[in-house]
Amino acid sequence: MKYLSLRIEDHPLLDFSDKRKKPVKFYFNDREYKGYEGEPIAVALYANGVKKLSESPVKHRSRGLFCAIGKCASCRVVVNGIPNIRACQEPVREGLKVRSSKGLEKLEIKESSPPRISRPEEIETEILIIGAGPAGAIAAIKAADMGAKVLLVDYASRIGGQLIKQTHKFFGWRKYYAGYRGIKIAKILEEEIRKRANIEVWLNSPVVGYYEGNIFAVLKDKRKIVYVKPKKVIIAPGAVERFAIFENNDLPGIMGAGGAQTLMNVWGVKPGERVLVVGSGNVGLIVSYQMAQAGIEVKAIVEALPYIGGYFVHAAKVRRLGIPIFTKHTIIRAEGTESVKKAIIAEIDEKWRPIPGTEKEFLVDAIIVAVGMYPDTTLTRMMGITHKFVKELGGFVPLRKRTLETTREGVYIAGDVSCIEEASTALMEGIIAGINAAKSLGYNNPVLENEAQEAIKDLEKFRSGPRYAHIKRALENVII
Amino acid sequence: MSWRERGFVRLEEISEFIPSEEYLRRHPIPIIECVEEIPCTPCYEICPTKAIQMEDLNAIPRLDPEKCTGCLLCAQICPGLAIFPTHFHKEGFARVYIPYEFLPMPKVGDRVQVLNREGKPVGEGTVFFVLQREKSLGDTVLVGVEVPREIAFEARHIRVMNR
Repeated sequence: MKYLSLRIEDHPLLDFSDKRKKPVKFYFNDREYKGYEGEPIAVALYANGVKKLSESPVKHRSRGLFCAIGKCASCRVVVNGIPNIRACQEPVREGLKVRSSKGLEKLEIKESSPPRISRPEEIETEILIIGAGPAGAIAAIKAADMGAKVLLVDYASRIGGQLIKQTHKFFGWRKYYAGYRGIKIAKILEEEIRKRANIEVWLNSPVVGYYEGNIFAVLKDKRKIVYVKPKKVIIAPGAVERFAIFENNDLPGIMGAGGAQTLMNVWGVKPGERVLVVGSGNVGLIVSYQMAQAGIEVKAIVEALPYIGGYFVHAAKVRRLGIPIFTKHTIIRAEGTESVKKAIIAEIDEKWRPIPGTEKEFLVDAIIVAVGMYPDTTLTRMMGITHKFVKELGGFVPLRKRTLETTREGVYIAGDVSCIEEASTALMEGIIAGINAAKSLGYNNPVLENEAQEAIKDLEKFRSGPRYAHIKRALENVII
Repeated sequence: MSWRERGFVRLEEISEFIPSEEYLRRHPIPIIECVEEIPCTPCYEICPTKAIQMEDLNAIPRLDPEKCTGCLLCAQICPGLAIFPTHFHKEGFARVYIPYEFLPMPKVGDRVQVLNREGKPVGEGTVFFVLQREKSLGDTVLVGVEVPREIAFEARHIRVMNR
């Protein structure tokens, strides 16, 4: 069955058969498409080669998938008459009717039946952990082992955060899962969480509000608001991808590295057949390698700096595949109408201005942008926690003690929200936050408390080399 | 221009990491192409004879070839796929073990194209050993390729031919 052109059939590390159990038919702008039950609308359409989902309301520019994890609004469509649905989050099912958004769509409400508003159910928990990525997941495990009752919530459908699409092996030390693939670490964390009766997990459950009285509004199962009143909170929402500025950077087929990884490593759909990657940090190098593993031709990696940004060993992995890395180059333009067809890059001078006459053209059907991330501080800012802008840490970050407690008593942070770094440091921070939050509730366990102390020391050691020394220095500006 | 701009090392940049011929003749001996100080220690942690030494957790791993037994564990676990055990097993040829995460998966006896650190073909080799993922401690396939001795230190990737 080769009717779906961008599906990955064979992969050296991944097997997508469990995602392709039940074929379904659905409609997009009245045309019938085939997909697999459970995969997001945007993924099914992309697999069919449909990259343009809607148009922007004012200038009618093509809009498609960008982040693929529900953090942006680029993929909004109308589903069974309901507007502003993110196509990357809504699963396809038999007979679903999807259409492009036209301008600013309004939700049709029948006047005869106004919505009934009642106060949501309110529950209490000892520790609420927001985000089930590496930081939140390990924090839940450690807090539970201290004896605390934990509620772990995440808007995604699986435990592991972005680990679920990381097929490469992680660096660091064995005790923080170095040498394991991200997908395996996600599995280990999930198994450990399921073993513990004092951890309750709500997946598909975004936190949508924070109210006076320390109440978090959680949209449980994306259906029902529940007010959660915790004694302590650990906030581990991760990061948001940055974007690069160039002409036509909004064309469908241009997406973030994380979006590309979700498409190909979670759902088995290629972001393109021939691609250009912007950014040679670890993420850009890793996504390039992963695309090559999926059978995609990576034309080149473009880097504005005069040297490669990521680890040498990651660069060596893509270079031995014959993928060129153009340092001191930038992307200046993408071309195409409904989706990207061409990328134009150029060399830049010392002031980062393109040098005329140095342009190179690449015929590509996707451009993957990997130019960094910034901490997702939506919730911590809403809660009135004090933040500070520290460039080396990725932007605005909450002030925190070494125990990772913020300026609000009982509110801890862990992972990329505290500083854009690695999964291993997110694990260390999760251990510190989880154990300290439980300790502040009066739970004691000398072995675990020692583990938290060790993790603080390990973070220091991790950041003591030339790679992360700038982060170690910058962190002194946010420690209270 | 150094490896930081190129993304690969030249042989002269890693000459200190290449053990003497005496050791290369004994058994597979890891050539560790890990030239940058990053916080990463699995090779050091897994080595059963402490042949791989690190001054601290960010240091560059150093091999004591006298202690190495040629067990290949370091090449399996290395997250950077940066370790290439090499064995001068017979005159004119060398056996190079390459971490490999692509399709098609080679079989013992296959002739393969041998690529260098820039992805350029430098010759051909014969697959004599394939350690499957399930048996590899680091979940990475290790492909052993017999190559002409002159390209032993260039062979860093393979392409399966005619399948």
